[in-house]
Amino acid sequence: MIEINELTKVFGANRAVDNVTFSVEPGEIMGFLGPNGAGKSTTLNILTGYLSATSGNCKVNGVDILENPIEAKRQIGFLPEQPPLYMDMTVKEYLRFVYDLKGCRLPRDQHIREKCDVVKIGDVYDRIIGNLSKGYKQRVGIAQALIGDPPVLIFDEPTVGLDPKQIIEIRNLIRVLGQKHTIILSTHILPEVQAVCDRIVVINKGKLVANEKTENLVTAVDGSRKLIAKIVGREEDVLKVLRNVPGVKSVDVLGKRDTDSVSYLIESEDRVDIRKPLFYALSASGNMPLIGLEGMELSLEDIFIRLVSENRKAARGTKGGKS
Amino acid sequence: MFAIYKRELRSYFITPLGYIFCGMFLLVSGILFYRTTLAAQSTESLSEYFLYLLMMFAVLIPLLTMRLLADDRRSKTEQLLMTAPVSITGMVMGKYLAALTIYGCTFLVNAFNFVLLYLYGTPNTAAILANILGVFLIGAAFVAVGLFLSSLTQSQLIAAVSSIGVIVAMLLIRFVNTYIPYAWLRSVLQWFSVLDRFVPFSNQSLSIPSIVYYASLAALFVFLTVRVYDKRRWA
Repeated sequence: MIEINELTKVFGANRAVDNVTFSVEPGEIMGFLGPNGAGKSTTLNILTGYLSATSGNCKVNGVDILENPIEAKRQIGFLPEQPPLYMDMTVKEYLRFVYDLKGCRLPRDQHIREKCDVVKIGDVYDRIIGNLSKGYKQRVGIAQALIGDPPVLIFDEPTVGLDPKQIIEIRNLIRVLGQKHTIILSTHILPEVQAVCDRIVVINKGKLVANEKTENLVTAVDGSRKLIAKIVGREEDVLKVLRNVPGVKSVDVLGKRDTDSVSYLIESEDRVDIRKPLFYALSASGNMPLIGLEGMELSLEDIFIRLVSENRKAARGTKGGKS
Repeated sequence: MFAIYKRELRSYFITPLGYIFCGMFLLVSGILFYRTTLAAQSTESLSEYFLYLLMMFAVLIPLLTMRLLADDRRSKTEQLLMTAPVSITGMVMGKYLAALTIYGCTFLVNAFNFVLLYLYGTPNTAAILANILGVFLIGAAFVAVGLFLSSLTQSQLIAAVSSIGVIVAMLLIRFVNTYIPYAWLRSVLQWFSVLDRFVPFSNQSLSIPSIVYYASLAALFVFLTVRVYDKRRWA
């Protein structure tokens, strides 16, 4: 459905996108993951025809965006990083404008109403966009992308700046849309892609780092567990006990939050679950009640470090002729 | 293209910009008309009126064009237009025609001033029509200049001020050119001197070369605007 082939974009001395190749199958929801400034938006802007590539090409539904831009753009609904809204128009006027702009040939008002219902903006239909809240503006932006029922939807960081409830709503919406459309969802939040996407493409500093099924990527990076434990008791005694638990790699003191308990960051060896031994060790000591235990989410930086080191390991393996 | 044209036209009247343009145009032009023609009791001074009108364009037309592309760039709605199934030429033309429509309609309304003349005497119809056509075409070229400068910046203010500067310069070339000592520079500048091409119109004749000149001046700046967008995609 979408093919990106050896795409490179150079801004002056800066290679924003460096030889990136991937493709998206019809009906797939693809997560496009990378830290800020990784080249996500640039890639998507090239794919949607807003920018031109320095080299390489993009095809949407078999149509090259450079050779036949109008036809390719017709296949895409695009929500850029900043929703492209005219603040002085009402939602109705704006969506009608988008409808005309895309040259749609559907029953107009009914089609627009339908899209408004999908993103739940029916109640602000006649209000001026500039006066809407951030969440509503974002949804008007999504409605804009949906107008004309394009087979491909591209969302560039659609949940940035929304409150947690709105984030969940937007994620659910994207999941529903995924039943009918091919979607690229760009984000720098890992749980977001885990929750919604079938496959994840990771880029960092313009380079492709990973292109995997979601499950594979998550297990690949999930080997090491970091736990935050809140334990009551004297710091030195607790540390001594913790360090003796089998499988523990390191323990750091995070600080006192309450009067009598201390938080510890415990890192375990690869692929070892230390939660049970930890519990038994503490209860055996008799006076160190565990009052809180949570897993720590891997940050994107952790993922990159892991992915890059896995790549190196794999590369070394090939050199040694083992694989 | 038609969608962009329609939206642009509407937005002139959602914001006060369209009203300010029309109001100022008709007010200033009315006063000029009264001072130069009605009060003077003669149509001989028509050229003077049209010259003043052109000077007024230098301020008013940038007001009309400053928002066209600069605002889309600032508010990122440009991204919507550029990723929609519309060609860049279509987008630029939609914007140009919208500004041209507002300008043209106001100009047309303004032309009713001349009807007054017929109530009081028998003015020189040929002179009036030739002048109207000439001034209209110059204004249309100025709209293209304003459009072009609006594509170069995110700031409406910079677009407006630079447009005023360029338009004033184009008007002044005729008066300044004689002081330039280099013949080649004179002839280059002459090419942009809109007033030089206006002489035949004030002599009551339709000059085809002048009409072609004004039309191509407008086309040149519209074309340059399209190039700005093309170039930016590759930057």
